[in-house]
Amino acid sequence: MKLIIAYVQPHKLNDVKQELFKEEVGKMSVTNALGCGQQMGYTETYRGVQIEVNLLKKVRMEIAVNDEFLERTIDAIVRGARTGEIGDGKIFVVELNQCIRIRSGEVGKVAIG
Amino acid sequence: MRRFLITAGALLVFGAVYGFADSNSNAVAIDTVWTLMAAVLVFLMQAGFAMLETGFTRAKNAANIMMKNLMDFSIGTLAFWAIGFGIMFGADAAGLLGTSKFFLSGAVVDDAFSDFTFWVFQVMFAATAATIVSGAVAERTQFKAYLVYSVFISGLIYPVVGHWIWGGGWLSNLGPNGVMDFAGSTVVHSVGGWAGLAGAMVLGAREGKYVRNGANGQSGKVMVNAIQGHNMPLAALGVFLLWFGWFGFNAGSTVAGTDLSIAAIAVTTNLAAAAGVVGALIVAWIISGKPDPTFALNGAIAGLVAITAGCANLAPGSAVIVGFLGGVLVVLSVQFIDRVLQVDDPVGAISAHGVVGAWGTIAVGLFAQEKFGGVNGLFFGGGFGQLGVQIVGVVAVFAWTFVTSLLLFKIIKATVGLRVSRDEELRGLDIEEHGTEAYTDFEVYTTR
Repeated sequence: MKLIIAYVQPHKLNDVKQELFKEEVGKMSVTNALGCGQQMGYTETYRGVQIEVNLLKKVRMEIAVNDEFLERTIDAIVRGARTGEIGDGKIFVVELNQCIRIRSGEVGKVAIG
Repeated sequence: MRRFLITAGALLVFGAVYGFADSNSNAVAIDTVWTLMAAVLVFLMQAGFAMLETGFTRAKNAANIMMKNLMDFSIGTLAFWAIGFGIMFGADAAGLLGTSKFFLSGAVVDDAFSDFTFWVFQVMFAATAATIVSGAVAERTQFKAYLVYSVFISGLIYPVVGHWIWGGGWLSNLGPNGVMDFAGSTVVHSVGGWAGLAGAMVLGAREGKYVRNGANGQSGKVMVNAIQGHNMPLAALGVFLLWFGWFGFNAGSTVAGTDLSIAAIAVTTNLAAAAGVVGALIVAWIISGKPDPTFALNGAIAGLVAITAGCANLAPGSAVIVGFLGGVLVVLSVQFIDRVLQVDDPVGAISAHGVVGAWGTIAVGLFAQEKFGGVNGLFFGGGFGQLGVQIVGVVAVFAWTFVTSLLLFKIIKATVGLRVSRDEELRGLDIEEHGTEAYTDFEVYTTR
């Protein structure tokens, strides 16, 4: 079992979701996040004064998958989120020790799927 | 204080005796004050439209909506001053357009009701027609394209219609009474609605509004998605401001405070708006199972638009019926345009102003009563004559406005560009077009 954590551009979230649904990945958590990577912020102007915005708006997706779903999930996220421009985001994959469905008490592989 | 009162009283007596103010100049003064007061009430409708539109659209485009409402008023004012007013109320040429009074030339301050007074009132109406469109084309239109559009609707498209019906043009000479559109169901609201229809059609729908759910995204059934507005309280504030301003819009259209029908007009206006809310609420409740606030708010606008043409010609009871049916119509029309025609109108402007404006104008031919003003409509023994004239007016104004607007938006599309890119639309027009945010320090979701 793996936990995939992906940071993507907010406006690409819908595209990522579309790609995930095509791969039959429908369970995820999404939160708003602020962060900076290589993109290094941008400037806004407010009443003629420049503002450096270096923490950018991103969304953080967390998807727990069984091992056989790992590659196709990652591929789907990349397909949906990639524009080729700087700031497209990053994907982290971490080992998942356990997963318990609260309602039924199921654990492990069945609890994820 | 007592000395002041005595002095003031003495002056009044003196004035009355020596004729400082005869009854004629009093009447001019009352008319002028009334018209100016009504004009500033109509001005507040700009704020109403801005709040309603932003409430019904997403947070990421809120600053852009404010800018569009500010600019269509500002650019519209200048265009209406330079050419619009002249085309609308200048000396008639062939019943088609006016040819004098450009740049307010010829307006003078003397003892009579002046063109200054009349212009201030009329410019508010021109701006109302212009601002209706910004709702229909919201969330995807390039800012500079909207600026170009603003010049043409306030300077040309609207004034030509205004001339036809209010400025002595051919529609005002049709039949014994001409097309009866007292405060502008057709002249103002339908023009805005039909121009919005043309704009929304040329633009196409917002990203994610109509999605084909086939495997390749091309085939398959079209899914009609809801794109929720971000702020119901602002939308409601907008509707209340519009309702408030509408008393000036309708009752002020007498442009005479000495015309005591202003009270009856205020009554029909209020009754129709209230009935419009109830009509829309009932239909929305039946259709969706819940009393939907967005439709109830649209219902108020629909009731007001519906009564605008006949506010000076209808009995209070008729106003209730016309407003109620306007409310019913707006809900059905919104669903028809959204689901069947699949034209994306984020705030329902095409329905509330275009469709219901046409209904209100036709309703005059059905419900008008001579004892309130004008003629008897079909339901009061007047026959089909006036009804026919009303329908000709509605059709002619639709044809002119829709065709010219379609042309205008297509030309804009081919030259300066009409629509923002997909990425700009998804990130939001506030950041992309204006480099700013409407709600700094608040969490705004740009994921939808």
